[in-house]
Amino acid sequence: MNCSEAEILIHALLDGELDAGHMRDVEGHLAGCAECSKKLAAFRGMRRAITEANLKETAPLSLRGRIEQSLPAPAREETFAAKAPHFGTFRPSRRSFAGGFATGAILSAAVAATLALGVFRSDQDQLITAEVVSAHLRSLQPGHLTDVETSDQHTVKPWFNGKLDVAPPVVDLAAQGFMLVGGRLDDINDEAVAAIVYRRRNHVVNLFIAQQAGGGRRSSLSESHRGFNIRYWSEGGLGFWAVSDLNGAELDEFCQNVRASLPGPSAAPDWLRRP
Amino acid sequence: MLARTQHAALWTAEHGIMSAGDDVERARRFREAALPHLDDAYTLARYLMRDKADADDAVQECYLRALHHFDSYRGPAMKPWLLAILRNVCNAEFARRATQQTAPVSVDEDPATEERVWHEPQPSPESELIRYRDGETIRQLVAALPPIFREVIVLREINSLSYRDIAEVAGVPVGTVMSRLARARSMLRAAWNAEQGRAT
Repeated sequence: MNCSEAEILIHALLDGELDAGHMRDVEGHLAGCAECSKKLAAFRGMRRAITEANLKETAPLSLRGRIEQSLPAPAREETFAAKAPHFGTFRPSRRSFAGGFATGAILSAAVAATLALGVFRSDQDQLITAEVVSAHLRSLQPGHLTDVETSDQHTVKPWFNGKLDVAPPVVDLAAQGFMLVGGRLDDINDEAVAAIVYRRRNHVVNLFIAQQAGGGRRSSLSESHRGFNIRYWSEGGLGFWAVSDLNGAELDEFCQNVRASLPGPSAAPDWLRRP
Repeated sequence: MLARTQHAALWTAEHGIMSAGDDVERARRFREAALPHLDDAYTLARYLMRDKADADDAVQECYLRALHHFDSYRGPAMKPWLLAILRNVCNAEFARRATQQTAPVSVDEDPATEERVWHEPQPSPESELIRYRDGETIRQLVAALPPIFREVIVLREINSLSYRDIAEVAGVPVGTVMSRLARARSMLRAAWNAEQGRAT
């Protein structure tokens, strides 16, 4: 094999598209050709950079909604209501406000997320992570951010009375630069949760609080999903999810401030400890 | 604008002769098969059309056509089938523009005359700023490749298609895919090296 043949075939080698015979040939050539080996290493590095750059785009929810709308509709609302009964129970105004288009978009996002998750993710934690991000995305749709809109923690907290089986703590972080925007009921993994909404600059932070069920995750977590940063911790029988497009350091700061304002001492998870 | 109304009309005509139950069942199957590939389709459309609104239109048109032809779809893989439709939609749109305007739009193969690539703020933790800058650079370099090379890079590196699937989407033999990919990566590498030379 000469270099001009190898020049094409190293890409097939890189892409795992070579049969055993050709692979032996190319590897034989590479063993004796420093120039082609160098190229292979360079292309391998470039490929990794492209993968890490994560160039895949996310289709806008509006486009998803338009495509959904152009499909003959099954009993969409029914499916939606059956899947998340508390939407219907607690948020009648939301339903009518959102109207067909937004509902379609939300549903299709949920359907697509479910389908993708079915294929790629079996891990329950990761599934919840994706649900948390979906809930965050939904909240950013016009008119969806808050059910009760006020910067007064003493208005937000009682608003949840009777709507959830827990009283979510609502803390004022204005002095730390996180403005309380309000609260709403949301739905993660088919469980009703409290969402407390804060804002720093133009970044919305959703703090989801739910009762820690027996099967709930215990360990804290820090990751990013679809460009959003996510933090999780649990204390006092409650699970806390913070999600935002804020950068990681500022979201950590947010979580630290929330925890500092909560009653009772608890061991901070690793990512919350200051170095 | 794409010829959306025409296809909508065709679809409606077909819609009329089907019973509602069949229709809903067919839509359900289509939804399950096609919608999981929406992000892939949108990504390819962004790189081919560049403009966000054009990409939106192209993907919507693609899904309309796919639904229309769904009964004749025999597999095996949905993703390359959809992306092939999308590619045709995009090329038809470029061809339509070329006949309407004296100056060709975006179909020339000289990277130097390519119009600006899109910029989009992406949420990114500051700790990843350096990687993010590199990511943005890579995005721009890919976007600046001539169409057939840009397409093969996107299909391979972002849509993760096999050579055989890329051949199906692009309507060329696998050998052509291999030589285009080799050329595209060499161009990208040269542009990347030039960019790094400029940065230091």
